[in-house]
Amino acid sequence: MSLMQLFLIYFRIGALTFGGGYAMIPVIERTLVDKTGWLSRSDFYDALIVCQSLPGVIAINFAVYLGYQMRGLKGALVSALGVALPSFLMIILFAAVLFDYVDHPAITRIFQGLRVSVVALIFSAAYRIYQQNQGKKPLITASVVLVLLFLGLHPLAVMIGFATLSVVWIRLTSEVSHDLT
Amino acid sequence: MILLELWWRFLLIGALAFGGGYAMLPVFERVMVIEQGWLSPTLFVDMIAISQMTPGPIAINAATFIGYQTTVDGGFLSGVLGSLVATLGVVLIPMILILLVASHKEGFERSQTFRKLIRSLRPVLLGLVGASLVSIGRVTLIDVTSVVLFGICVLLLLRFKWHPLMIIGLSGVLGFILF
Repeated sequence: MSLMQLFLIYFRIGALTFGGGYAMIPVIERTLVDKTGWLSRSDFYDALIVCQSLPGVIAINFAVYLGYQMRGLKGALVSALGVALPSFLMIILFAAVLFDYVDHPAITRIFQGLRVSVVALIFSAAYRIYQQNQGKKPLITASVVLVLLFLGLHPLAVMIGFATLSVVWIRLTSEVSHDLT
Repeated sequence: MILLELWWRFLLIGALAFGGGYAMLPVFERVMVIEQGWLSPTLFVDMIAISQMTPGPIAINAATFIGYQTTVDGGFLSGVLGSLVATLGVVLIPMILILLVASHKEGFERSQTFRKLIRSLRPVLLGLVGASLVSIGRVTLIDVTSVVLFGICVLLLLRFKWHPLMIIGLSGVLGFILF
């Protein structure tokens, strides 16, 4: 495929997928594996594991990783640009228009409603992660919430601290089956 | 210098944003609302609402929005520049890491330590999402109306599997009528 095709495919995915990066994964799978056959399904799942494991925006990670495999560095950059550009443009449009009307009473009321839906969306995301995780290690989850809310530790510090402990633990217990609690 | 500050803050956020999406929200809130004061707590929630209404990853939306919001005093072009700087900041380190991995891919896909680490971080990610749920809920669910609307949204999302866009549309309309 040409770089232009790659760009257009990712631009389309970026423009049409609402609900964040995770919503894009099935769309990417359908496009690159089923429709175009540019990628085998097992390559796709390998990529998924890598992209979920590294920091960053999952959709961008995907675009860069697969773009690199298909067309090298240029492919990676073109794919990333394609997937990010629609949301960049939409937000600028939104912000530019919104700030002129932000104090209008109708807009204020609409946003009061929208804020509530944000809480509901985060709640259902948390619920889905909880289900996916089968409610394992609730103590870790609870202590992260408490530490963040009441001790005011920096979330990045919590994350790094936990990852470090976890690596040490995995190294110490490697070869032996274990359960981290 | 605000541009440099924006770039640096978003670079840090991007570099350590494991889990993506909602798990990044506490980090955004901490840096943007509490430490830098770039957004008020309610504008922060508005920003998430706007991210949900527009296509694309939340982190890109958030970086673009905050970049614009913090630099728009200098005019539209200055706002666009701020957006660009913040967005490039948030994707830079992850892109470099991904390129490194893509060029040495066999090792990473097979590394057991790596996979175990990622699995062991799941409860932490849930904790991060939970913390942002509480702190956003605190500034948003402030009266009976908002709590009832929250209940309706959750029911429609989880029980009736409504699409998030429908929920956003409905809550905007109900917000206009009820508040």
